[in-house]
Amino acid sequence: MYEIVSKKDLSSDIHLLEIKAPMIAKRAKAGQFIMLMVDDKGERIPLTMADWNSEKGTVTIIELEAGKTTKQLGMLKVGDKLRSIVGPLGMETELENHGTVVCIGGGIGIALMYPVVRALKQAGNEIISIMGSKTASTMILEEEISAVSDVIHICTDDGTKGHHGFVSDILKQMLDEKKPIDMVYAVGPIIMMKVISDITRPFGVHTVVSLNPIMVDGTGMCGSCRVSIDGKTKFACVDGPEFDGHKVDFKLLIERNRRYLEEEKRSLEKFDKEVQ
Amino acid sequence: MAEEKKPKKERVKKKYPMPEQPPEERIHNFNEVPIGQTEDVIKKEAQRCLQCKPSEKRKLCYDGCPVGIDIPAFIKKIQEDDLEGAIGIIKRYNNLPAVCGRVCPYENQCEGNCVVGKIKDSEPVAIGRMERFLADWERARGVKAPELPPRKDKKVAVVGSGPAGLTVAADLAKKGYQVTLFEALHSPGGVLVYGIPEFRLPKAIVRAEVSYIETLGVKLVTDAVVGKSISMQELSEQNDAIFVATGAGLPKWMNIPGENLNGILSANEFLTRANLMKSYMFPDADTPNRIGKKVATIGGGNVAMDCARTSLRLGAEESWIIYRRTETELPARIEEVHHAMQEGVKFQFLTAPVKYEGDETGYVKKMECCRMKLGEPDASGRRRPLVCPGENFELDVDTVLIAIGQSPNPIVPQTTPEIKTTKWGTIVVDDWQRTSMKGVFAAGDIATGDATVILAMGGGKRAAEAMDRYLSENEDWPAPETWEQ
Repeated sequence: MYEIVSKKDLSSDIHLLEIKAPMIAKRAKAGQFIMLMVDDKGERIPLTMADWNSEKGTVTIIELEAGKTTKQLGMLKVGDKLRSIVGPLGMETELENHGTVVCIGGGIGIALMYPVVRALKQAGNEIISIMGSKTASTMILEEEISAVSDVIHICTDDGTKGHHGFVSDILKQMLDEKKPIDMVYAVGPIIMMKVISDITRPFGVHTVVSLNPIMVDGTGMCGSCRVSIDGKTKFACVDGPEFDGHKVDFKLLIERNRRYLEEEKRSLEKFDKEVQ
Repeated sequence: MAEEKKPKKERVKKKYPMPEQPPEERIHNFNEVPIGQTEDVIKKEAQRCLQCKPSEKRKLCYDGCPVGIDIPAFIKKIQEDDLEGAIGIIKRYNNLPAVCGRVCPYENQCEGNCVVGKIKDSEPVAIGRMERFLADWERARGVKAPELPPRKDKKVAVVGSGPAGLTVAADLAKKGYQVTLFEALHSPGGVLVYGIPEFRLPKAIVRAEVSYIETLGVKLVTDAVVGKSISMQELSEQNDAIFVATGAGLPKWMNIPGENLNGILSANEFLTRANLMKSYMFPDADTPNRIGKKVATIGGGNVAMDCARTSLRLGAEESWIIYRRTETELPARIEEVHHAMQEGVKFQFLTAPVKYEGDETGYVKKMECCRMKLGEPDASGRRRPLVCPGENFELDVDTVLIAIGQSPNPIVPQTTPEIKTTKWGTIVVDDWQRTSMKGVFAAGDIATGDATVILAMGGGKRAAEAMDRYLSENEDWPAPETWEQ
């Protein structure tokens, strides 16, 4: 069992949980993920790590209440224990000195973006971070990412903070102005990653995206997370989760992520009724 | 032979029947299909055994057992009304009798060699059912932990808690080694838990067998993916020997158009959702497993039967097995095929899918198949299926389960270059189950490719003996060039 050692509500439905998991904390690398299960009847869901501390033996996740499991996670308190957490899973981010890297995070994707930005910065890259959220109050990790970026842009859909619009607007402008960009790293909603990849393609800028398909075991055994990369089937859990954005079949990913919408809704409704 | 001298008495030709849940009832639940026999019936069954003595002339029951159980000896104990003695003999050889008594292909092993079964119109002695009964009888009374020898100061790590891993962990713990058993998933048992359905192997039984192994002093660590959560290097620094039994968990695909459509799942995904994650309890358990009206399972092995039968229980209106050879070549156990047929699973032989078509939401709706015929026998001795050109046809389906086999789990070899693998991805081992990395042994599906529970346990048995020898007497290891094939 894995104890929650600290918890912070970043907004009404976004929560930061620090969980005791020494084996994971010791080996975690930027870009990797964990699978967790709240209780015996729980679902195994993949979540990205926002941070880890090998001395304390903890990993930090930031989660947005979207379905039953994430809502249940949000209701847990310090001292509560999780049934299972396993990791670090997936391949780590390739940490080369590319030159200038634009890191783009959307919504809860910013949680994974933070360790990637930090590691890319340490590898000697110049970092331009672009972060987007629906509204100012749901923007996460602004201070942390600012501290490891050379330049930072904030966008909100409703204009309550920074640029009124999408992260892709800022990137498009940079490319149009012929700013030198050696690589783009994007993590967030699938549609955001697709738009970013479409924007960089004509400019030939290498674009890495971190995909979030549905997983069951997370260790390469089931193929629930299969994605099509350059026409070839890959398992995001072991071959990814990062892939070349120009080669990803985003349409397939969007369709596959809708597989259990009805069941997800049913599960959430049942849970909402139970907690009322 | 001894039996010839015995006074002639009326032989019972057939096995005493195993009561089963009726098919029309059981397709609506996940309870075990065979209900179990009484002590009285088992004692009568034991009387059918001729107590054959070892013979060079022919193979006998125990020759067919991959873990070498002294079968006549345990049956003799039943004949003598000593059930405790009987299970004691089994457990000297087999740490998982309640599992083997349910999932072993006895018809090809012990019972396949049984002399009674060779007599005209006779069935072999029901060895598997006796094993099952004894294990259940013992569990119901409360299993006692055996007396253990003094603890040795040698440590062993076992990677993977499936049948091979559990066997090695138990055998070495019984010899006094300090064993840590690593499992990647959140519950131990490997394929016994994620793969084999509840109606064939209740998970409470697996839990009880694992608990027994824990009472031997084995330390269990779940949620640990060796190669990811902890490296083989770290394990070898902390232990005197390592046993790798990470199984064949990587689903195979046919790589035909449309295979990534929604509604097309690997057998592993479908069964893991159903078994490990208990999707049949959804929404009381959180993991869903959407099943269509018309399900096609591709493949003819035990896993395919499990998929087809699970589909019916999850509410499929039609469940089809699509197999490229004929009924004769089906690799599944006869009992599983029989159960599937009783339950209404339909079989489409000499057929293979070539392409899938989806609807506008990306869900599979149609499968194009080709007809096959059987040609000359291939390397496996089975007749090779050949495509009949120009005879393709379409089937409407809304769920497709791919059960055409599993490849070895790549994580340990990928993260441990010292460990050599074959071109099929299995770990190369010698007769003593030694790998190319000193102190590291391997068995089960990771070494053989996908096979049965009992073969994995047989490999584990050999590995445990070899590991004991390595740890207590002889640390020699084959020279590096041995591993160059």
